[in-house]
Amino acid sequence: MEAVHPASGVATVSWLLLALPAFGALVLLIGGRRTDKWGHLLGCLTIIAAFVIGLITFINSTGLAVADRVQELHLFSWIPVNALQVDFGLRLDPLSLTFVLLITGVGGLIHVYSIGYMSADRDRRRFFAYLNLFVASMLLLVLGDSFVTLYLGWEGVGLASYLLIGWYIDRPAAATAAKKAFLMNRVGDVGLAIAIFILFANLHTTQYSVVFANIGKLSPGTITAIALLLLLGACGKSGQFPLQSWLPDAMEGPTPVSALIHAATMVTAGVYLVCRSNPIYDLTVAGRLTVVFVGAITLLIGCIVGCAYDDIKKVLAYSTVSQIGYMMLAAGLGPFGYALAITHLLTHGFFKAGLFLGAGSVMHGMNDEVNMRKFGGLFKRMPITAVTFGLGYLAIIGFPGLSGYFSKDAIIDAAFQQPGWQGWVFGIAAVVGAGLTAFYMTRLVIMTFFGKERWRDLKTDDGHDFHPHEASPVMWIPMTILAIGSIGAGAYFSLGHRLADWLTPSLGTLQERSAGPLSSTEITILTLVLAAIGVVVAILTVGRSAVPVERPARVSWPVRAARANLYGDALNETLIARPGLWLDRALVFGDKFGIDGAVNGIGILFRGSSGRLRKLQTGFVRSYALSMLGGAIVLIGALLLVRFSG
Amino acid sequence: MNISTAVSISGSGFPWLLAVILWPLLGGVIVAFFKNDARLAKLTAIVFSLVEFALTLVVLFSYHASGARIQLAGSADWIASFGVHFSFGVDGIALIMLVMLGGLTPIVLGASWQEKLPEGRSMAGFFSLILVMEALVMAVFAATDVFLFYVLFEIMLIPMYFLIGGYGGPGLRRQYAAVKFFLYSFLGGLLMLASAIGCWAYVESVTGTGTFDWATLTRVVSHAPLGTQIWLFMGFFFAFAIKAPLVPFHTWLPDAVQESPVGVGVFLVGVLDKVGIYGFLRYCLPMFPDASKTLAPLVLVLSVIGVLYGSLLAAGQSDMKRFVAYVSIAHFGFMGVGVFAFTSQSEVGAVTYMLNHSISTGMLLLVVGMIAVRGRSFKAEDYGGMAKVTPLLAGCFFLAGLTTLSLPGTNSFISEFLVLLGSYETQPVYAILATIGMVLAALYVLWLVQRIMTGPLRGKAFGADEPLVGVTGGPGAATDPLGRAKSMISDLNGREKLVLAPMVILILLLGFYPKPLLDVVNPSVGATLTSVGVSVDANQGGN
Amino acid sequence: MTPTYYLLLSALLFSIGAVGVLVRRNAIVVFMCIELMLNAVNLTLVTFARINGSLSGQIMAFFVMVVAAAEVVVGLAIIMSIFRARRSTSVDDANLLKY
Repeated sequence: MEAVHPASGVATVSWLLLALPAFGALVLLIGGRRTDKWGHLLGCLTIIAAFVIGLITFINSTGLAVADRVQELHLFSWIPVNALQVDFGLRLDPLSLTFVLLITGVGGLIHVYSIGYMSADRDRRRFFAYLNLFVASMLLLVLGDSFVTLYLGWEGVGLASYLLIGWYIDRPAAATAAKKAFLMNRVGDVGLAIAIFILFANLHTTQYSVVFANIGKLSPGTITAIALLLLLGACGKSGQFPLQSWLPDAMEGPTPVSALIHAATMVTAGVYLVCRSNPIYDLTVAGRLTVVFVGAITLLIGCIVGCAYDDIKKVLAYSTVSQIGYMMLAAGLGPFGYALAITHLLTHGFFKAGLFLGAGSVMHGMNDEVNMRKFGGLFKRMPITAVTFGLGYLAIIGFPGLSGYFSKDAIIDAAFQQPGWQGWVFGIAAVVGAGLTAFYMTRLVIMTFFGKERWRDLKTDDGHDFHPHEASPVMWIPMTILAIGSIGAGAYFSLGHRLADWLTPSLGTLQERSAGPLSSTEITILTLVLAAIGVVVAILTVGRSAVPVERPARVSWPVRAARANLYGDALNETLIARPGLWLDRALVFGDKFGIDGAVNGIGILFRGSSGRLRKLQTGFVRSYALSMLGGAIVLIGALLLVRFSG
Repeated sequence: MNISTAVSISGSGFPWLLAVILWPLLGGVIVAFFKNDARLAKLTAIVFSLVEFALTLVVLFSYHASGARIQLAGSADWIASFGVHFSFGVDGIALIMLVMLGGLTPIVLGASWQEKLPEGRSMAGFFSLILVMEALVMAVFAATDVFLFYVLFEIMLIPMYFLIGGYGGPGLRRQYAAVKFFLYSFLGGLLMLASAIGCWAYVESVTGTGTFDWATLTRVVSHAPLGTQIWLFMGFFFAFAIKAPLVPFHTWLPDAVQESPVGVGVFLVGVLDKVGIYGFLRYCLPMFPDASKTLAPLVLVLSVIGVLYGSLLAAGQSDMKRFVAYVSIAHFGFMGVGVFAFTSQSEVGAVTYMLNHSISTGMLLLVVGMIAVRGRSFKAEDYGGMAKVTPLLAGCFFLAGLTTLSLPGTNSFISEFLVLLGSYETQPVYAILATIGMVLAALYVLWLVQRIMTGPLRGKAFGADEPLVGVTGGPGAATDPLGRAKSMISDLNGREKLVLAPMVILILLLGFYPKPLLDVVNPSVGATLTSVGVSVDANQGGN
Repeated sequence: MTPTYYLLLSALLFSIGAVGVLVRRNAIVVFMCIELMLNAVNLTLVTFARINGSLSGQIMAFFVMVVAAAEVVVGLAIIMSIFRARRSTSVDDANLLKY
C-alpha cells in the first residue's frame, strides 16, 4: 500500500465531479415543469463536464510518480463526535479514477441515448434528474475516502435505482420490483453497516487510509467477520447469491437504466467494495474463499437461468448476474485476481451496456415488446443495432481478440491456477459458465435477429401491427461507441498488463502463479472449445428448427427449474415473506388484544367490580339501619374484647 | 447552595428564557378572546408563535456550547419550607428541544390552518390551547427543579387532554383516546412524584436540608446506595417509559395519534414524547448513575423490542396515523438504545434523534394529513397511484419516508448511525438487533409508498373505489382519466408548500452538514456521561 | 338502691327502640322508636352522672333533648310531605335513593 498524499493541482477541483451531477439533479427536481424544455440537455451536459474533469484528473494522475498517485481531498467535517471524525473527503487513486471514467463515460453515453429513448415520456426531465442523482451517488461511492462516505453513496445509488426501477409507476410490477430491490439491498446494507461498526469499535476510525494501515492489529476472527459482512453488503448490491433475485426483476425499469445501473455501474459496486477493501481480504483466507464460492455459485445460477428465459432483458440481466459472479470469483482470488476483476468489470461495462442499449433499441422498434419468441429476423430491419449488438455478443462469449476474450479468459485461467481442489472446482465452474454463456447468448441473438420474422403474424398489445425500424442517431451513436469499446478495450487493458500496472497503487501488484492442473494454453483451448460447443448447440436447437411463439409448456425438470429461476423466489417467499407476514399479523393481533387488551382489561375490571358493589345500596332504610346496628355491635364487641382479654 | 437566597439569577440571558416560557402563554390567553373571529385568532396565534421562534433563536445564540453545564439560569423560591423553587435554565440538550419546539409550532399552526373542527369548537380555542401547550412544554424542558418539573409534567396533560378529547376525531373514540392518554401519563407522573419525594427525603437525611433543586439532587442522590437508587430510579423510569413510550407501555400512543387532529398528532409524537427521552437524559442518568448502569440491560431489551416490534406493527397498520405512531415507537426504541449504551456517539445520536425524529415523523404526519384532506380517508387502502396526480405531494411524502427509514444524506441517518455505531462499542448484541430495524424500516415505508403512490389510480378521492383503467395515457385512453383525476384533486397549495419547505430544507441540511448541531449537543452529552462515570473518549481519530 | 336497674331499664328501652326501627315499616312508628332510643340514652347519661357525681352527663342529656326536639320538627315535616306525595308512610316504599 502506497502512502497517501493530500490532493494538489487539478485534483483539488475534483469535488466538481460530485457537485455537477448533483447540481443537475437538484435543478431538475426543484425546477419542475419549467425545466422540461432543456432538462435533458442539462443532464447530459453535467455528466459530460464531469467526464472531462475526470479525464483531466486522470491524465494529471498518470503524470505523477507512482508513489504519489494516491491522494486525498478533504472537503468538510461531516459527522464529528469526539473519537468519531467522519470527514466528507475524496480519495483519488487509480482505482477510483478508473471508476470515475467508467461511470461518467458510460453514464454520459447512456444519458445521450436516453434523450432518444425517453423522448415520448412526459416526465423525461425527471428521468434525467434521477439519472444525475444516480451518477452523483455512484461517484461518491467510488470517490469517498471512508467507509461512511461509501455508505452514503451506496444507499444513494440504491435510492436512484429504486426510483428508476419504479419509473413506470402505474405498473404494479414495477413498484413491486423497485421495493424488492431496495429491500434486498438493505439486507446487504445491514452487513456493511455492522462491518463499519466493528471497524470503528476496534480502530476508532472509518477512513480507508487509517483502517488499511492498522487492519493488521485486529484478531484474525474479527478480520474474517468484517470481510464476511462486507461481502454481505456486496452480495446485496451486486445481485450475488443468495441475494440475486432482485436484479432480474429490476428490468422493469426503462432500458437505459438497466444498461447504466443494472449492468455497467451500480451492480458492480460490490466488486468495487471487495477490491477496495483488499488489505482486509488479504488477511483472511476464509473470507476470500467465501467470496470465490459466492462468485462461482452465482455465475452458474446466472448462466443456467439465463438459458431458459424468453424475456430479452431478463436474459441479459441473468447474464449480468453471472458475469458479476466472474468478477467476484476473481476478486476472491486476492492478489491473483483483484486487477482481473476490475478489468472484466470495465470490459463488461462496455459490452453489457452496449447489449442493453441494443435490446432497448429493439424494444423501441418493436413497441416495447420484450418476448424474444415474438422477434426474429430483425437483422434486416435494424442493421446498425444488429451489428453493434453482435459485437457485444462476440465480446461476451469470449470470441478471440475481443474484450471478453481477454478479461474472462484471464479469470478462468486464474481460477484454474489455484492449488489443489480449488483449482479444479473453481476452474471447472468458470469454464462451464463460459460454455453456457455462449449457449444462451447465441440463443438470444438467433431468436432476435435471425430466423423467421415471427412478428409479422402478431399484433402489439394495443392491437396494431409491428413496424420494426432502426433507432435515431442519438441512440445508435452511443451504441456504436460502446461497440468499439467491446472490440478493443480488452486488448488495450490486458496486453502488457497495462491496467493492472496502473491499478497497482490501489490494489497491489497482480500476481500470477501456475499451481493448477492445466497449463494456460490448455485452459484457453478448453474454454474456446466449450464456447464453441455452446454456440453450436444453440444453433442446432433454435437456429435450425422453428421457434414456437408460445412458450412450450411441457418441458423437462431442469428447464422448469431454470424458468422458476432455480426456485430462488419461491425460497424467499416460503422462508421469509410468508412467515414474516404471519408474524406481522400475529403481532398486530397480539398488540390489539394482548397488550391493549390487558390495559383495557384493568379498566373493565374496575368498572365491573364497582358495578357489583353498588348493588349493596338497596334503598331500604331499614337494611341500612340493620347494617349500622350490626357494625356498632361488632365495634363494641371488639372494644370489649380488647379491654377485657388481657 | 443557594437555598438561602430567595431569588438568584446567574447569567444575563435569563430574562430571554423567561420570555420564551411566558410569551406563548400570553399568546394563548389573548387568542382565546377572539372566539368570534377565526381569522384574527389564527393570525394572532401565528404571529405569537413566530415571535416565540425568534425568541428561542435568541436563546440559542446566547448559549455558549463550551460554557457552564446549565446556562441562562435563574431561580426564585416557591415553597421555601420544602425547598421547592421556580428555577429554569438550559443545557445543550434542552436548548435543542426549545428551538425544535419553537420552530415546530408555527409549522403545526400553519398545517392546522384549515382544520375541520368538531361541531361547536372554535379555531380560537384550538390555537389558544396549542400555544398554552407550547408554553408548558417549554417550561418542562427548561425546569431545573424536580418538583417544578413534576408539576409541569402533569399540567402539560391538561391542554393535551382537551386537544385530543375536544378537537379530535368523530364520536366517542376521541374521548376514549384522551382519557387513555391522560390516565397513562398521570399514573407515570404519580410514580415520579413518589420518587421525587423520596429523593427529597434522602437529601434531607444526608445534608439536613431537603430540596428539590436539580443540581443539588444530582450531587447528593447520585452517591446513594444502589438499592435506594434503584427504587428511586424506577419511579422516574416508569414515568418516562410511558411518555417515551417504550413497549409495553405504548398502546396509548396509536390511539391518541389516531384520534387527534394532525397538528396535535405532530405535537404528540414530535414534542410531548420527547419529554420521556429527555427525562432519561436529564434526570435518570445524572441522579441515579449506578441504578442506570445496573438496569441498563432492562431498558436496552425494552428498547430493542420497541425497535423491532414497532417496525413490524407499523407494517401491519392500515390507518396512516396509527402507522406514524408505531413508526415513532420504533424510533423511540433507537433513542432508548442510544441513551443507555453510554458512549458519547450513541448519546449524541439519541439527542439528535430527538430533533430529527420531530422533523422526519412530523413531516410524515403532516403529509399524511394533506393526503387525507384530499382523499377524505386515513386508510392506506383507499389510495393508489397518487404520484401521477399529485407529483409534488408524492415527492414530499417520499422524502419524509426516506428520512423515516434513515437514508444516508437525510437528517435521521446521522442520528441513527451514531446511535448504532456508538452502542456497538459497548452493547454489540443490542446494536446488531437494532440494526435489523433498518431493513424493517425500509419495508414499512416502501410498503406505504407503494400502496398510496404507485399502481393504478383508485380511491375515494376520485369518487371511485375501482381502478380508473388506462391511466398510462396510451393511445387507447381517450377519456383521459389522469386529467379527470387532476381536476378532482389538486397538488400542494401555497400554504402547504410553505409549511413543508422548512422541513425539506432541514432534512437535507442536517443530513449533509450536521456539525453545528453536533457541536451544541456534544458538551452537554459529555457532562451527562461524566456524571454516569463514563469518561468521554478524546478526539483521537482523523489527524 | 343500685344504679344497675336504671341501666338495665335503659338497655331494655334501647333494644325495644332498635328492634322497632328494624322491623316496623310505618315511618311514624319508626320515628317513635328512634325517640325511644334517644331517651334510653338520656337515661343512661343521667344514671352515669349520678354515679360519678358529675353534672356533665346531665348537661349532655339536655343537649340530646334539644337535638331530639329539632329532629322531630324536621323529621315529622318530611314524613308529612312524603305522606302527601305518596299517600303512604311506609319506609320501604321510599327507596328512590338506591344504586
